[in-house]
Amino acid sequence: MSVLIFVELDNGAVKKTSLEAVAYGAEVAKLTGTTATVLALGKADVSSLAQTGAFGATKVLHAADEKLTHENSLAYADILAQAVQQENSKVVIISKSGLGDAVAARASAKLKAGIVSGVTELPVVNGSFTVKRSIYTGKAFSNVEVKSDIKILVVKKNAIEVVESSGTAAVENFGPTLRDSDFQASVGAVEKASSELSLTEADIIVSGGRGMKGPENWQPLLDFAKALGAATGCSKPVSDLDWRPHHEHIGQTGIKVAPNLYIACGISGAIQHLAGVNGSKYIVVINKDPEAPFFKAADYGIVGDVFDVLPKLTKAVEDLK
Amino acid sequence: MGFIHRLLTLIMKILVCITNVPDTTAKITFTDNDTKLNKAGVQYIIGPYDDYALARAVELKEQLGGSVTVLHVGEADADPQIRKALAIGADDAIRINADPVDSYFTAAQIAHVAAENKYDLILMGRESIDFNSGVVHGLVGEMLGIPSYSPVMKLDIDGTTATLAREIDGGKETLSASLPLVLGCQEPISEWKIPNMRGIMTARTKPLNVVEPVSGEVLTSPEKYSLPAPKGACKMIPAAEAETLIKLLRTEAKVI
Ligand SMILES: Cc1cc2nc3c(=O)[nH]c(=O)nc-3n(C[C@H](O)[C@H](O)[C@H](O)COP(=O)(O)OP(=O)(O)OC[C@H]3O[C@@H](n4cnc5c(N)ncnc54)[C@H](O)[C@@H]3O)c2cc1C
Ligand SMILES: Cc1cc2nc3c(=O)[nH]c(=O)nc-3n(C[C@H](O)[C@H](O)[C@H](O)COP(=O)(O)OP(=O)(O)OC[C@H]3O[C@@H](n4cnc5c(N)ncnc54)[C@H](O)[C@@H]3O)c2cc1C
Repeated sequence: MSVLIFVELDNGAVKKTSLEAVAYGAEVAKLTGTTATVLALGKADVSSLAQTGAFGATKVLHAADEKLTHENSLAYADILAQAVQQENSKVVIISKSGLGDAVAARASAKLKAGIVSGVTELPVVNGSFTVKRSIYTGKAFSNVEVKSDIKILVVKKNAIEVVESSGTAAVENFGPTLRDSDFQASVGAVEKASSELSLTEADIIVSGGRGMKGPENWQPLLDFAKALGAATGCSKPVSDLDWRPHHEHIGQTGIKVAPNLYIACGISGAIQHLAGVNGSKYIVVINKDPEAPFFKAADYGIVGDVFDVLPKLTKAVEDLK
Repeated sequence: MGFIHRLLTLIMKILVCITNVPDTTAKITFTDNDTKLNKAGVQYIIGPYDDYALARAVELKEQLGGSVTVLHVGEADADPQIRKALAIGADDAIRINADPVDSYFTAAQIAHVAAENKYDLILMGRESIDFNSGVVHGLVGEMLGIPSYSPVMKLDIDGTTATLAREIDGGKETLSASLPLVLGCQEPISEWKIPNMRGIMTARTKPLNVVEPVSGEVLTSPEKYSLPAPKGACKMIPAAEAETLIKLLRTEAKVI
């Protein structure tokens, strides 16, 4: 009956967003009077798996088959469904990402499980099972009752406050049946900016817009991001113009981020851009136009020229060290 | 092989699933004791991701022959957006006349039509911009027993093989797979198309078939909507004292 949490791995270690999902799953387990079990697939660092215990997991099911190391939502969903059956789980928790949604979707169809994606709070369980989700790209919320026997919740970043303790989880080998049909695609080139911090995982993001005037002017922004240990993002016109790579494009039609701190440099704050950042805890806006709409969504603002302000900020951060 | 290859490319059938959603700039409010979206003054559009899927489908048809059908699960107020998709270049349309309330129900309706018509390629948007689930492609793929991939940023078809690039965390990956497939699309797979005059004229006479839904289960049901708490005032820091910001972020917000 345990709550089952599907985790994503990065170089064998459990991703930070997945650790949040584990903490969320452990709270759901408390609410429903059961324990939390983690499912990890592919090559993994066993000590990282055991460490999910510090976030509330009791047990980890680890399917170590080398074939599972490469991201494969078809196979992952198949195995998730098998784990749900073995554990007789009624609630499955997955952190929100492209992979998370894909795994949740296919598992939902296999298990006839109601799926709620974009969950922002713990569920209310009292006879019925109701959970709050983000809709209209962060412009609103919906309280949803999940009526099916098995429920899949795809949880957004910052849905709960994570408290880390010192427990360790017992790691067990899990040997699911693998289906050939899940491995038929042939994978070609993988381009991954491995040196960079991933935007969905980052605590701090420094982002640039058309106000940066051109790709050759990005250095002060990169320096500031480096001083902060931040990931870098951009507005849509910036990636459309090829000033920055497409995977940095943030907003309604790009990546949605929810860092603790989002710093916008020379971005006007169009509604479609705001839709991608409204999950951030704090927003800082640097813009030379005091009327820029972004200030209305910001916590801190500086009216000024980015090329004048950014070096000062970088120096102030370096002075802290 | 050459002959079969030709035959297969000639009869390529593409299905594009579109959502009918409030414009990206729409102000969202609710009525009826927060149980319904307030549609007053809200402009509806084809979902922006679905628009990319449609644009790529029309290009593939121009390149390879075959047909493009658009499908929407929803009520008659979506018809103008469906006509727009026809004007952009789809050949015919199906509207499943239902009020979709959850992803599973919507997917089951799409899967039912898809199973009857045997499409080679089913293109969707990466996600709807109203409920943002990003799951209907995976659900439909599993219901039909065929692979699904999302988000797809590049797509080419050669015979019965699709070569695609999909976004993965912090990068992208190229893969090839056999048709039939279900794909969730996003930019830069194509560029949004604007209907031309000829398209708008011919769209009027293209078939838009309205079919009734098959009975299906609803596994989740919305109870109440709400809006985020209003944001407090923005604290302004003079540019000449920019370093004050860093102090505030450390001592007040405690985020650095
Ligand atoms: C369907 C749809 C989807 C969209 N999706 C997205 C999306 O996902 N993400 C997205 O970002 N956009 C999206 N857009 C585009 C969006 O509407 C805006 O056009 C875009 O966000 C503007 O980008 P920007 O702020 O960089 O540029 P601009 O709006 O041109 O703003 C530049 C800003 O820089 C400031 N500035 C100029 N020089 C300086 C300087 N030296 N110092 C400081 N400030 C300076 C200016 O005052 C201005 O506010 C979408 C649009 C549509 C129609
Ligand atoms: C008045 C009204 C109220 C609604 N309330 C809710 C609600 O509370 N909760 C809820 O989940 N849904 C609701 N819906 C339905 C919603 O609009 C979606 O159609 C459906 O739920 C799928 O949303 P999703 O976020 O799972 O789609 P996603 O999985 O994000 O969509 C991915 C892709 O699937 C395709 N697709 C999705 N929906 C449709 C469709 N209807 N027709 C054709 N293709 C489609 C599109 O290509 C889309 O880009 C409501 C619809 C209406 C008209």
